[in-house]
Parts: sequence; structure tokens; C-alpha cells
Amino acid sequence: MRLQRETRNTRDGYAAALLELGEKDERIVVLDADLAKSTQTEKFKQRFPERFVDCGVAEQNLMATAAGLAATGKIVFASTFAVFATGRAYDQVRNNIAYSNLDVKICASHGGITVGEDGSSHQALEDITLMRAVPRMKVVVPADYYETREAVKAVAYIPGPAYVRMGRPKVPVLFDEGYRFEFGKARVMRGGRDVTVIACGYMLHQALDAAEELAREGIEAEVLNLHTVKPLDREGILESVSRTGRVVSCEEHSVLGGVGGAVAELLVEELPTPMRMIGIRDSFGTSGTAEELVEHFGLDAHHIAEVVRGFLA
Amino acid sequence: MIIPMRRPEGAAAREMEEKELREYLENIAKEVRWDIVRMIGLAGSGHPGGSLSCADILVCLYFHKMNHDPGRPDWRHRDRFVLSKGHAAPALYAVLARSGYFDREELWKLRRLGSMLQGHPDRLKTPGVEISTGSLGQGLAAAVGMALGLRMEGNPAHVYALIGDGESQEGGIWEAAMLAGHQRLRNLTAILDHNGLQIDGRCCEVLDLGDIASRWRAFGWEVLEVNGHDVLEICCALDKADEFDRPGMIIAHTVKGKGVSFMENNVDFHGKAPTPEEMEKALKEIEGS
Repeated sequence: MRLQRETRNTRDGYAAALLELGEKDERIVVLDADLAKSTQTEKFKQRFPERFVDCGVAEQNLMATAAGLAATGKIVFASTFAVFATGRAYDQVRNNIAYSNLDVKICASHGGITVGEDGSSHQALEDITLMRAVPRMKVVVPADYYETREAVKAVAYIPGPAYVRMGRPKVPVLFDEGYRFEFGKARVMRGGRDVTVIACGYMLHQALDAAEELAREGIEAEVLNLHTVKPLDREGILESVSRTGRVVSCEEHSVLGGVGGAVAELLVEELPTPMRMIGIRDSFGTSGTAEELVEHFGLDAHHIAEVVRGFLA
Repeated sequence: MIIPMRRPEGAAAREMEEKELREYLENIAKEVRWDIVRMIGLAGSGHPGGSLSCADILVCLYFHKMNHDPGRPDWRHRDRFVLSKGHAAPALYAVLARSGYFDREELWKLRRLGSMLQGHPDRLKTPGVEISTGSLGQGLAAAVGMALGLRMEGNPAHVYALIGDGESQEGGIWEAAMLAGHQRLRNLTAILDHNGLQIDGRCCEVLDLGDIASRWRAFGWEVLEVNGHDVLEICCALDKADEFDRPGMIIAHTVKGKGVSFMENNVDFHGKAPTPEEMEKALKEIEGS
């Protein structure tokens, strides 16, 4: 059914949210590190030049400066690629932003393997793990243009630090203009009784396609959109899993400590459940087109369906 | 080198005023040093050397230069101070307590479980702490962010940051220096506590800072050099920095462990507390000074 879907950048949703926020609230300030054209903060810069600071190619300074700005009462959006925002500037994010509990919203683009041709140095595969581990940090991985736009508007007014992970490629539009983002609440995208497939971000449309494929074979997969990875929707996940008795997590990210890790941590304590994790298995990325890489690392819908089949067999 | 203070009255009046100011600030500095030694001694751990070296600078800021109100730590127009060399927290805690941000009795709970005074500054626990620091090289960048934020809203408050010389080996200091210079942040003044020592030994031997004044000038800052234990020199330099059209760097030449003879220029006391006997000896020496 989803053959010809409209595709849009999640980053454009970010830019739209920033313009909307900036218009209404003078406290909104945006910082970038020489990637304004890529992260799409350029649009805010053109509209509100006095509330935009380009920190240059200095991501650590970007985060520490953002903390200082937030300490004067601003709501600061700090953007760069996910790999730099979370890896290179980890100490600044941890100590300056989170330890000080400041209103810095780290909105990173180019998360995951779909960065493509630039290769491993630019493909963040550990960013969710890193940010999850930081106390006070909220982690949101929106799946399409509208979800990104609404998630960004929501985290702006959730006190303290947040990490919003966006991707590079255009992705299918799954929601619409009237979408209501519920922070911290996993969204049931389709019901099913045989298995719970948990996905977010880029993986959500792949999981939905996999569920479609499985449905044709009589397998009913429930698909949960775990847009908020932290805080985890414990009730939502437990409710679904208690009905299906099987879980498959899907992430465009390392399986070590990411989305699957978060789900597993919950289940192992509350409701031990057979589980499969789909994601990058302790390896670096590599160059290639986004599509090639998604297939190469087994993140595509067919592979997800394959894993579910094997799991239920 | 004493930079003459600017006062409208005649030379004699000025001399009188300077004498009073000097006595006032030196007395507080003495009490602050006493507090620093006692709180670290009672805690049994901490960083006395770098706390004592910057004590006079902090006293000049909190008791002369800065506009601040201990009754309203969140007053929008307050001047901000960032202790980028966060391990000198005892010096900051001592001046905050004496200013009235919290009860002085809290000092004796330094580093204990449940204390509002953490090993390194925590803005959520300690009134008057603007931002949490401790990981070196980051406080200056936060101060740059504060200066940007205040300038954006037309807030006349000034931002002060104290950095260390060992800390100046961190790349983050220079990223922040570059951004502040580029942005011509005239509402930012940094002070370098240039005591010449770091954990592993003399800075010039560990990793030489070279011609540090030229380095800051090259990054677009106006630079002054003072004796970091002469309160009038420090105050004059802080006043002078108000008139710069760009960020100001005051290189304060200091002595690590200043005020306690056996700690002075003794690298062992970078991060080691005095024993109870050493503490008593140090307190007596400060009292008698």
C-alpha cells in the first residue's frame, strides 16, 4: 500500500519549528558550528540574525557556549552533526549542560548510517547510547517531517537538556499537519497480537513496511513508535509486550545501549520477554549510498520481516 | 607596578581612599584564606594551592568590583562570575559565604555527603554559583555564552571568568578565546591565575604557555598584567577593563599557596589537604600575618 509516499527531510521540520518558536518567543537562540546549511538552522539565522551565533568549527565550544547562554535565561538550540554533538562534545554536554541542568536543546542532524557516502567518521551510531547515559538528558528520535517539527516545539518547553536526533535523507511522511506529539508516550502505529516491533526515527517506516509484508502472510505485528527513547514509556511498552509476548527492536544505531538496550533494560527487570535486536552490531559504518547501507546492515523492511519470521517460527 | 586609580579628588584624598580600600580588601582576603585552609583541612581533601593563589582576585571581584546582591542570586542585572578553574571552589565558597549567599557554617561541611558545597562548583546546590564547573577549559566558554546572552538582551551586566594556567593547556580555552575575540565581547573580562604550577610540576616544564600575553592579544583580547596579590592593582585593572572595546584578559601573576609559607610555590599542595597539624600551623600563620 505504501508504494508512492511523499518524502521530506526531518531537518526541514526542525527549521520550521525554529521559525515558529523564534517568532513567538524572544528567548529562543540558535547556535551552530559551521553547518547551518546542513542542519537547516540557516533559515532561523536569516530571520533572526541577532539571535543566531555561528561558533565556527568548534563543537565543544558550541555546547559550552550554549550552556552559558542558557544560564542567562535563553532557550538554546545547538546544532551540528550527531557524531560531533554527542561524541566530540560529550564532556561539555555532560558537565556544562546536563550537570548544570540548563535549557539547551541539542538538535543534531546526520544521525545514523544513512549519512551514506561520507563514511564512518560522520555516521553517529553511538549517539543515542551516549545521550541516554547522561542524567537529566531527554532523548527524542522523530520519524518524519511533522513529528520532528512537533517534537522540537515540545522539547523547547520541557525544562532542562534534550537531545533530538535527525537524519540526513528524506524520509516518508507518516503523519500530517494535525499531528500531536506526546512527549514520553510510545505511539501505537498499528495493532497486532503476534509480536511487538519497536522502532523510531528512520526505522519507523521500515518497520511499518515490514509489518505490511508480514500481514500478507498472516503475521500480525504491533508497531510501536518509540519517538521518545528517554524517558522511556514503560507502561506503553509493557502493555504491548504483555499481549504479544515477543519483541523486536529496530534502530539505525548500534545495538549496544541504544533503543533496543533501553527496551531490554526495562523488560529484563519487569517482564522478561524473548527479544531480537535489529541494528548495527558493534561495528563502524562504511561508505555507500544510504539505501545500500541500510540493506548492507540489515535495517531494511525485508530484513526486519525476515527476523520476525525466524523469531516466530 | 601600580596603576593609579582614577578618583576625582586631589592626590592626598586619593591616597587616603586607596589606603582604606587596600586595608578593607586585604582584611577580607586574610579571612578568606583562613576559611579556605580550614575548610580543606576539615574536609581532608581539596585544592589549597590554587584556591589561595586566586583568593585576592576573588575578594576584589566580590567585595569591590561586581554588582551583585546575595539576597537575590537570580537578579537579572547582576554581574556574573564563572570559576573556570573549578578546583579552586573553596576560594569561591569562602567569598560567597562572606558575601552572604549562605551561612558560613556550611563551609565546614565541604565535600561531605549531602553538603551544598561539592568538591567542584554545582550551580544547583550552591546559591551564587552561576554554572557548574570542574572539567577544565569549559567555564570560559560558558562565560562567553553568558556575555553573548546578556548582550543580546541589552543587559548591562558584566561577565568575569577566572581561568588557571594549567587549564590554559585545554583546547577549549582557545576555542572560547577565539569566539569571544571574534564577537568583540566587551562585556567579558577573564583573569588568569598565573601561579606557574600544575599537578605534574612547573607549567613551563609540563607544557609551556610561552608568551601568554601575546597569545591572548593574537586572539583579539586586550591584555593587562598585574601582581595578583596586590588588591589595588587588581581593582585598577578590573576598572580599566570596563573601557575596552573587546574582551579583556588580566594576567594576574600569583603565588600558588599564597599566604601559607609551607604551601607557597609547593606543588605538593595543588590537590592535597593539610594534615590537622599543618592546618593549625597554617591558620596561626594567617592569623598573625
